[in-house]
Amino acid sequence: MYAFNFEPVFAGFDQLLLGAWLTIQLSVAAMIIGLIVSIACAAGKTSGIAPLRWVIDAYIEIIRNTPFLVQIFFIFFGLPSLGIFLTPNSAALVALVVNFGAYGTEIIRAGIESIQKGQIEAGTALGLSKLQVFRYIIMKPALRTVYPSLTSQFIYLMLTSSVVSAISADDLAAAGNNLQSQTFASFEVYIVITIMYLVMSVGFSTIFSMIEKAAFKYPLSR
Amino acid sequence: MPLIRPFGINEFWIIVLAAQWTIALSAIAFAGGGIGGLLIALLRVSDAKLPRLIATGFIRVFQGTPLLMQLFLVFFGMNILGFAINPWLAATVALTLHASAFLGEIWRGCIEAVPPGQREAATALGLRYYNRMRYIVLPQALKIAVAPTVGFLVQLIKGTSLAAIIGFTELTRQGQIINNATFSPFMVFGTVAAVYFVLCWPLSVLARRMELRFSRATAR
Repeated sequence: MYAFNFEPVFAGFDQLLLGAWLTIQLSVAAMIIGLIVSIACAAGKTSGIAPLRWVIDAYIEIIRNTPFLVQIFFIFFGLPSLGIFLTPNSAALVALVVNFGAYGTEIIRAGIESIQKGQIEAGTALGLSKLQVFRYIIMKPALRTVYPSLTSQFIYLMLTSSVVSAISADDLAAAGNNLQSQTFASFEVYIVITIMYLVMSVGFSTIFSMIEKAAFKYPLSR
Repeated sequence: MPLIRPFGINEFWIIVLAAQWTIALSAIAFAGGGIGGLLIALLRVSDAKLPRLIATGFIRVFQGTPLLMQLFLVFFGMNILGFAINPWLAATVALTLHASAFLGEIWRGCIEAVPPGQREAATALGLRYYNRMRYIVLPQALKIAVAPTVGFLVQLIKGTSLAAIIGFTELTRQGQIINNATFSPFMVFGTVAAVYFVLCWPLSVLARRMELRFSRATAR
């Protein structure tokens, strides 16, 4: 019979907490930068410039149809042959941004397309500039529509970010790998880490639905 | 013999052929996940509270934790249960459980999308649970389920790449091995990504087409 030994895991618990904090930082940073990429790509896709649309479409299809692990290997090991050298941590961030951007673009685009044409025409008729129409008439209501998909995509991003430990970037999974190699209590370490991920994803989705209730309360129709 | 060999046509084929293990792993996990997923979906829509609770918990845990951790837990957990360390078995079991949770949640939505009047009519006609599900609800849910299920298959194929981290030699791991021998990561991981793309892209396009056709067919 196997005797579980959680003592070394809790002795090194501060390492795991630090790892969890790094995972949150990495995910939030990737989400914010990835959102900017998504909005830019979504604007490019709806701009009507065909070659731009092709490039963005190719980007989305390539990212969505290849595994994140291969993407991060390509960025970390492959890009140096083009003269682009990244530390594990920045490669992790770049890979997560690139990955999130592809999914985010489709989410934002769906939001933009949910805005009726008449609204945009009304905005133009009121004398708003192109930028103002984009910001007030398209972006704000579109964000409300896409909020649920964006937040679940963020949680998915946070779970995916555990893969960055494969290139020895710093995060919760990497903290677990280190603790595991110090204590040899593999199962105990990984079950504790898995619970920590679960707590983070349940926590974030609770916070997100609270924000949704507070921020998007104004009436939906009329 | 030089220590580092160039990336040539042989290395290219070794990587392409490793896709068979990715396909095999995906197929087994998909088949196992199909059975598990149906069970989870049926528990999830059951009238009794306990089965519903169990299914919800199962889905929550697998959707709220990284697939990588699920793989590690099965990998090390099997050792604790007295099995020899076996990446093949661990990857298969972990991916099957993972697929069961995701397919269970997808199919729950599809079952619930069947209008309740159908089930009520079947009950009124005197059909018991098994016949009601078998002849009335599930066939209609199946139609709704095809597109999102194909979409999940793409996710599952990509997910099998993580088996490389526990040492199962599929497409990604073969890429790492070839990269260690040739040290041309740009070519190697470019090729690996291209093979995944060839596997996944047609399925993505298919899923999107079916979704479009379905939404046109059901639109008024």
